[in-house]
Amino acid sequence: MAEFSRGDHVRVRDDYPPGHIRTPVYVRGKEGVVQRKFGSFANPEVLALGRDGMPAKLLYEVRFRQKDLWPDYDGSDGDTLDIDIYEHWLAKI
Amino acid sequence: MRGPHDLGGLPAGPVDTQPHEMTFWEKQIDALNLLLAQKGLRKVDENRRYIEMLGDDAYNTLSYYERWTAALARQLIDKGLFTQDEVDAKVVEIRGRLGEDAG
Repeated sequence: MAEFSRGDHVRVRDDYPPGHIRTPVYVRGKEGVVQRKFGSFANPEVLALGRDGMPAKLLYEVRFRQKDLWPDYDGSDGDTLDIDIYEHWLAKI
Repeated sequence: MRGPHDLGGLPAGPVDTQPHEMTFWEKQIDALNLLLAQKGLRKVDENRRYIEMLGDDAYNTLSYYERWTAALARQLIDKGLFTQDEVDAKVVEIRGRLGEDAG
């Protein structure tokens, strides 16, 4: 899986698998910009099955424009939301 | 599929941010969770998965610690620590002890 760098434009997977998923529904399929890489961590989706969470996954902070997330958003164009997302939920645009 | 916990963006009322006193049984569940984690029988993510699997009705009806309890019971049954029959028998026994109808 490709690593991402600060400033990379990414799209969140528009996918709805069963299980414990840390990627909220409202960002799936949306486009954002990578802010930073936190490092790699045990995968919570695998931990949730009672296993060890390996292989570890890189965790990124991704910034979204509020207007991209909410069709009826009436705040400023500059308003953003930062959210932590694991690498396997992201694809470079 | 959207789980009952994944509420971001859905219409909702104000959030009650007032702290509240924990009851004794809630503290017991908290303690039980910590002990099970120390013994390697429980992970936070695993417990989350079981809570999210309770279904919309149970998730939206039960209180916070009732969800924890229901999820934990299911998780420990799946791990083979005890059976549903044993849980049911224990509930009847405790209701009897408390003088309630075992219904």
